[in-house]
Amino acid sequence: MARRKERPRTRDYIHFLIDGFEELKGDRLRADDPAIVGGLGWFRGRAVLVVGHQKGRTLDEQTVHNFGMARPEGYRKAQRLFRLAERHGLPVLTFVDTPGAYPGVAAEEGGQARAIAESMLSMARLTVPVIATIIGEGGSGGALALAVADQVLMLENATYSVITPEGCAAILWRDSSFAPQAAEALRPTASQLRELGAVERVVPEPRLGAHHNPEAAAERLGEALEETLAELDATPALERRRQRRERFRRLGRWSDPEQPPGAMSLFGGYSTTLE
Amino acid sequence: MNVTVEIQRRNGEPAKPEWVCPSCRQGARAGEVRDNLMVCPHCGHHLRIGARERIRQLADEGTFRELWTMVTTLDPLEFTDLESYPERVREAKAKTGLPEAIVTGAASIDGTPCVLAVMDFGFMGGSMGSVVGEKLWRSAELAAGDDLPLVAVCSSGGARMQEGILSLMQMAKTSCAVDLINEATSPFVAVLADPCTGGVIASFATLADVCISEPGALLSFSGPRVIAETTRETLPEGFGSAERNLALGHLDAVVARKDLREKVGNYLRLLGGGEEPDRGERPETRAGRPGRLAQATLERARTLAAHARRSFVRGDREDPGEAEGPSAGEPAP
Repeated sequence: MARRKERPRTRDYIHFLIDGFEELKGDRLRADDPAIVGGLGWFRGRAVLVVGHQKGRTLDEQTVHNFGMARPEGYRKAQRLFRLAERHGLPVLTFVDTPGAYPGVAAEEGGQARAIAESMLSMARLTVPVIATIIGEGGSGGALALAVADQVLMLENATYSVITPEGCAAILWRDSSFAPQAAEALRPTASQLRELGAVERVVPEPRLGAHHNPEAAAERLGEALEETLAELDATPALERRRQRRERFRRLGRWSDPEQPPGAMSLFGGYSTTLE
Repeated sequence: MNVTVEIQRRNGEPAKPEWVCPSCRQGARAGEVRDNLMVCPHCGHHLRIGARERIRQLADEGTFRELWTMVTTLDPLEFTDLESYPERVREAKAKTGLPEAIVTGAASIDGTPCVLAVMDFGFMGGSMGSVVGEKLWRSAELAAGDDLPLVAVCSSGGARMQEGILSLMQMAKTSCAVDLINEATSPFVAVLADPCTGGVIASFATLADVCISEPGALLSFSGPRVIAETTRETLPEGFGSAERNLALGHLDAVVARKDLREKVGNYLRLLGGGEEPDRGERPETRAGRPGRLAQATLERARTLAAHARRSFVRGDREDPGEAEGPSAGEPAP
């Protein structure tokens, strides 16, 4: 369902949730990547920066937006916009909807790896509130590049995964027809991700999915974003940044007899106390 | 790369009479290749090496103190493909003799104390799961907390798929770890070793202050096969090679293995700032500055760093005036 092309896209959520959206374009280095859209607008009366993957719906649109698969210039545009938000104290809202970063020769040679890494690092550094929402397909590093946030929300029927089920099956089962088994094993759905701590909040969709009533879906997301933003506002800026870093530090499960589980027992072996 | 594994396994036994370079097809004695730092004596082809061998080559002799060996892998998703995840981990441990795909610790490199994190491609393709992320984080925390530089040797096929979303999250976690190092202004040098791809090259590896690689290493986010299959583009000559990455501006240098220790040492001294150190006497680390880390962590960091420093003050290390480059002072393992 996450991949259905009728699903609302980033621009649809911008349309329903953001007043007076002013799109900002270009990475200020060489290009503008239509696979990532960004700009300023009013969210419930407050100036915010919005950045998100844009997939498009018709074939023409999808081609223009490269199916939401961003190139380095897309991630560099995002970074430029993050810096802008930081400078002017604007909260950052991101919308994630991509099969992954574009795996083309020009993208690779244009520094795709570093562009993704730098995007994550620049999000980690922000002192303004950052909320990411997985609205459709959260594909691998290309998705995470826009999702190093204080809190990550996820629509009920969206997916968020380290690799596509097809890719995983091709590697581990050596046969991509095992994709259903891989999808099962990867546990990429919203409720499973919340259990693992990768997502804070699952936003329910209207009956039969967001595409049956995009406006209602956007309204529910708007409520969730407003509440989350209010929560984040309560924390001082530098503390918020520190907590964001801690959030990611806790992600993962391991055991360590030298550091028995302590305060953070929710996440397995992690402990704040050192031997 | 079976050749590499075979030679490493035979460490200590009489060398196989014949070894054939996978690149130039010329033969050599295994011992000769080993003495040449696992580089073909004829064509200079750099073979992949495991973490232990890398540490032997890069750290000053006897200075490496391994840390966090007890951090072990769990199976959060109860993941099973053709084999179960715990089974795959058991096999990887048996094959490499390593606890996980990364070995971390304190060491000195060409005289400069540092935190050293080395990945091993032989352990499940050097894939990054929770343990790799956590050990990298601890390395960064130690470096930041005690004002030590971090040196990371990165070699990985990408994320540890068997840990699902948690393996993806390690990209963000290790990027946040770099934020920690940067905030503390600890130098960070990354050596991107063959192959460095996927989630590792798209996170902490390329966020280092200085990024270098070895001749012929493959460095790319998506693998060449994925690119060819997905986009049907023709790959240019030398696509993803260290040399091409250097030409495209993604690397600071491509360094032959025999020069690696001295090169990294130079970066560490320069990034440490201050005046040029007297040749006869290596610089001490700058005094530890309390960052924003918990006091307990700081104390732990000091103990560990003192450990690393003690060993080189004690003179376990060769006199730096004599150790001119790793090839000269490299004892046969």
